[in-house]
Amino acid sequence: MSDFFLIMKQELAVTAIIFFLLIVKIAGKSKNVEWLPWIQLLLLLNFIGGFFFIQSGTLFADMYHTNGLLAFQKNILSLGVYLISLLCSDWLKKSEHLPEFFLLMCSSLLGMFLLISSGNLLMFYLSLELASIPVAAMANFDLHKKSASEGAMKLIFISAFASAVLLFGISLIYGATGTISFDSLAQVVTDNPLQILAFVFFFTAFTFKLSVVPFHLWTADVYEGAPIATTSYLSVISKGAVAFIFITVLYKVFAPLETVWYWMLVVLSVLTMLIGNLFALRQQNIKRFLAFSSIAQVGFILVAITGTGVDSMASVTYFILIYVFSNLAAFGVAAIISEKTGKENIDEYKGLYKTNPFLSWMLAIALFSLAGIPPTAGFFGKLFLLTAGSVKGNFWLILIAGLNMVISLFYYLKIVRAVFMDKNENPVEKVLVNGYAKMGLVICAAGIILAGLIGPLYDYIRELITIFF
Amino acid sequence: MTSPGLEQILFISAALFFIGMYGFFTRRNLITMLMSIELILNSVNLNFIAFNKYVWPDKMDGLFFTLFIIAIAAAEAAVAIAIIINLYRSHQSVDVESAENLKY
Repeated sequence: MSDFFLIMKQELAVTAIIFFLLIVKIAGKSKNVEWLPWIQLLLLLNFIGGFFFIQSGTLFADMYHTNGLLAFQKNILSLGVYLISLLCSDWLKKSEHLPEFFLLMCSSLLGMFLLISSGNLLMFYLSLELASIPVAAMANFDLHKKSASEGAMKLIFISAFASAVLLFGISLIYGATGTISFDSLAQVVTDNPLQILAFVFFFTAFTFKLSVVPFHLWTADVYEGAPIATTSYLSVISKGAVAFIFITVLYKVFAPLETVWYWMLVVLSVLTMLIGNLFALRQQNIKRFLAFSSIAQVGFILVAITGTGVDSMASVTYFILIYVFSNLAAFGVAAIISEKTGKENIDEYKGLYKTNPFLSWMLAIALFSLAGIPPTAGFFGKLFLLTAGSVKGNFWLILIAGLNMVISLFYYLKIVRAVFMDKNENPVEKVLVNGYAKMGLVICAAGIILAGLIGPLYDYIRELITIFF
Repeated sequence: MTSPGLEQILFISAALFFIGMYGFFTRRNLITMLMSIELILNSVNLNFIAFNKYVWPDKMDGLFFTLFIIAIAAAEAAVAIAIIINLYRSHQSVDVESAENLKY
């Protein structure tokens, strides 16, 4: 019995936070805003607690399993949620319905925990829905904004459609093999036509959730319409969780179909990098720009997934950790500026350095890391991703990925130039950054620099994977 | 009269799936699009039940899966309709074409 509590410790912690928020919502008479520091404290405790008493095991007839690696991946997600609660505190303070926002975010986080722990297609489907339905409500959190409702509508329809396609794939897999458990599926999957068809449906749903190119069109609209807290959640946490389970499913369950998915991944990753980058070039709105840049980043993750085994898993986990820091720092700066001044256009960022040197430096570090410039961790992340992708000798793919890094360098540096060098008659006025947001930004910047310099971190991830995968 | 076999049911469910997909891509009314998604989900339910009954009668996973799909579809529809109602309040229309502020 005590095993049960230890194995599900992280899920139970998030559930406890959800109950706490429910009670705050129902019983709380005082102003909701006063609860923000407490909620942030709880999220921090949730993140720290994730490192202790890690136990591996399976529950519910193999529907749920966990181990050190999954606990580490869940910690990355908890860290991201904590950082979002810090960085968007200005926006959150203004909101009347603060507990609801965290309620939805924690429900979705719980779904993602169960998603990466799932050992069964039923559990997988249920947790995917738990992870994605609350996000649609979060996207519509600014009820009176026209673009918010439009973005939320696009998100809920796309995610409903994607899960319908996913289910059709699962039903065919069930029909062809008679089992929905990952472990027994791994033994019976073969490349007969019905199973390949089922796999293609299944794969398509994943590409929707990861916003891989033919199915990326919702991304920019949702990112632009939704409040920045939701946008950063969608782009970092949601994408990270789906990437983790995507690798597990491909390498463990559909390993016999490797010849099928290898070429699918190669084509999709080239398309994703190229189109993500080319569209990012012409964006004017900073949120849309970050949306397309995150599409391009997914392309690089796919390059790593084309490789095999431990290297790919380790590089993707490491990259997602860095991506949490760098993307959240970029979104954090955008959130602070947009909340205080309402400015979201890249042109309006011109001359930001004159008035807001701290924010400018944070934005610059984040963008350097996203672009992959050496002293920052982003460089090592990209390096490991491309190294992992090259083990099968497909050097054309690596060459294309390298060229895409050059394109991405151009548009990231374009923003840095606008911030530091371009002159502007009326730049963004001096913005007062509150303590929480400042702390969040400093954590992100420290993470960006240290994650690259501390070598043992990558070795630690690799070791976790060799033990548990 | 012969009772329908697996092929007939699979034919119906595949037809439902593609009708739903066609509806989702061509209809411009948000409520109708939601109905199209429900059609797809129902085709999946039919698939699961048929496979369970005809192919794997001793493995009840399909039946349970169907029950969960029905419940989740209701939850999804609830959120989707809430969002559509909010969209209607701000746009005065439930037509997809009216929601076109975000582009490119």
